[in-house]
Amino acid sequence: MAGKKKLPLSGNTAIAYAVKAADVDVISAYPITPQTTIVEKLTEFVANGELDAEVIHVESEHSALSAAVGASAAGARVFTASSSQGIALMYEIMFIASSMRLPIVMAMATRALSAPINIWNDHSDFMAASDTGWVMMMAHTNQEAHDDIILAYKIAEHPDVLLPVITAIDGYFMSHTIEPVEPIEREEALKFIPKKVTWSVLDPDNPVTMGPLGTPEWYYEFKRQQHEAMKKAREVFDEATKEFEKVFGRRYEPVEYFMMDDAEYALVAMGSVAGNVKAYIVKEARKRGIKLGLIRVKLFRPFPAEEIMEVISNLKAVGVIDRALAFGSSYGGPLYGDILSAAYTRGVDTPIVNFVAGLGGRPVTFRDIKAMVDATLALDGKTRKDVPKEPYFIGVRE
Amino acid sequence: MSTKPKIPTIWDIPREELFAPGHRMCQGCGAAILMRHITKALGKDAIIVEATGCVEVTTTVYPQTAWKHPWLHIAFENAAAGASGVEAAIKAMKRKGVIPKDKKVKVVAIGGDGGTFDIGLQALSGMLERRHNVLYIVYDNEAYMNTGIQRSGATPYKAWTTTTPVGKVWRGEWRPKKDIMGIVLAHRVPYAATVNPAYITDLYMKVRKAVEIEGPTFIHAFSPCTPGWRIDPALTVTVSRLAVQTGVWINYEVENGEFRVTTPVPKRKPVKEYLRLQGRFRHLTEEEIAEIQRMVDEEVERINKLVGKTVIGPVVE
Repeated sequence: MAGKKKLPLSGNTAIAYAVKAADVDVISAYPITPQTTIVEKLTEFVANGELDAEVIHVESEHSALSAAVGASAAGARVFTASSSQGIALMYEIMFIASSMRLPIVMAMATRALSAPINIWNDHSDFMAASDTGWVMMMAHTNQEAHDDIILAYKIAEHPDVLLPVITAIDGYFMSHTIEPVEPIEREEALKFIPKKVTWSVLDPDNPVTMGPLGTPEWYYEFKRQQHEAMKKAREVFDEATKEFEKVFGRRYEPVEYFMMDDAEYALVAMGSVAGNVKAYIVKEARKRGIKLGLIRVKLFRPFPAEEIMEVISNLKAVGVIDRALAFGSSYGGPLYGDILSAAYTRGVDTPIVNFVAGLGGRPVTFRDIKAMVDATLALDGKTRKDVPKEPYFIGVRE
Repeated sequence: MSTKPKIPTIWDIPREELFAPGHRMCQGCGAAILMRHITKALGKDAIIVEATGCVEVTTTVYPQTAWKHPWLHIAFENAAAGASGVEAAIKAMKRKGVIPKDKKVKVVAIGGDGGTFDIGLQALSGMLERRHNVLYIVYDNEAYMNTGIQRSGATPYKAWTTTTPVGKVWRGEWRPKKDIMGIVLAHRVPYAATVNPAYITDLYMKVRKAVEIEGPTFIHAFSPCTPGWRIDPALTVTVSRLAVQTGVWINYEVENGEFRVTTPVPKRKPVKEYLRLQGRFRHLTEEEIAEIQRMVDEEVERINKLVGKTVIGPVVE
């Protein structure tokens, strides 16, 4: 597949191309910055007859996801997209979509949450969705954003999974930034993700009741099964990415390691900031002889605790970059919370420190990354008891 | 569209039950009578999307269901949005040849007054405005009965509820009922009608008509709640009939803008006869009853003007 034509696509357009290739039947979405251009591009495809889909011009994000649930329950391949306040408005239905085991795919162009209102990028919206029962991935290149949509349908519609999937990109930093992308064509996409209804659907010839009342006698079993489905999602993610590599030649792991082979220290990051960290490692840290590497978390739910801990356990110190804040929590940033609990349950003693950075679109500069690296290196030879109990707030005016 | 349809009799209603007994609805529940006959009128080829509410919680206690139709419940405020999605999916899949083009599937959304007048109004407006081919039915029991008789935008003037109690200062609900039909008709829907469980053939005819018409259609159903209205469970149909006979409720339909009263009432009974059977109105003084009578008289006058003749007559004691 190598040597195929690449197009200059923004993150949002790359997503729209993949949704077209997936031959979705129903698109249900509401405009919100910075997601809007995904749906604009998709409606352009539909308007030009390049994609045969019903577009539901809903009156809110709450209805966007509600209509997506209805369409998926009727057996359609469904797509929606949102950001920030839109995700917050969808929140109620996000739990319902996952509990009803409907394979909806949603793209998220991540953005800060109000107040104050802010259209720029951080991970507050993504992290707010982390316990809604959706499989969650975050890309860090536009090619990956494109490929994630195809992988998302593969995972969501797998009969052992049947869970909705969020594929996220960073608002503006990726959604509106152009990179060369090799688009997957419809025919090859549909070979990888054939249109086959693998879930229970509404059909007068075979009537089922969906969304019943679950009493204390039954409710818990539903939740327990969702937990199992999430575990299955990890197995299916591994199978799907292997098959994807065979077909399309691009390999994705739940965790991306950058210059980790000989690393003594690492920063853990998600999304576009990982690119800045990579650049810093090459241009600054390694030149100064600091054996720094990057651990980029791609798959966030289910959380790839095993592989991250396997790597972290051999390091001298680790810093976790959070682009969201869990107010009043015992940890600080939500990604740090997941890393810490993974370390505890796997008996990993490496000192791990938390950095909160880049909230509301504040750029994360080399100077900021240097501050993080310095604080991480300072933990060399220390134990986890020496780790600051508060996150470092990087790049903020105190 | 002024061709007179054949008026059905009770013998025209199918014997086959599509709404199973054994559900947990209250004795004498008006909505139970409505659901039984709505499902008969719909026939088998329908998908029902239900809002959270009395009917939803009492008919689908897992692992049992009263529904012989494919049935979907998502949440409280989004039956219209969920139904929009179902309808769009069927349209797309028919066009793409996934399901046969000639397969008949009607999409019906059902919600209570809370899920329709209040929390679901935005989704309803969206569904109507986008012209989805969906029939939306509201069973209006005039308060949040599922959570225990709290007032809604559909609660009538002076009615007692647990959040508009009768005290030293308050005398029950002090605002008039929201005009949901007016709101729906402002969307220029091709068909909207009101129905009442005491007039089953009228209901049957209207549901059949609404579901056959292309585009968004709407039915507003009168739905007595025996615990909420404080009425004898044996009197559901009596109270329903009295609502029509007193002019408190008017059975009508609006087809392509043409307004028609389907249950004319040449001689009206005083509203007192309707009110006195219900505990929620037991606190009313003669003056308050007279005020409600005046409000009903005004509405009757408005309807008669719309029709252009007296279809609902004067009060005859």
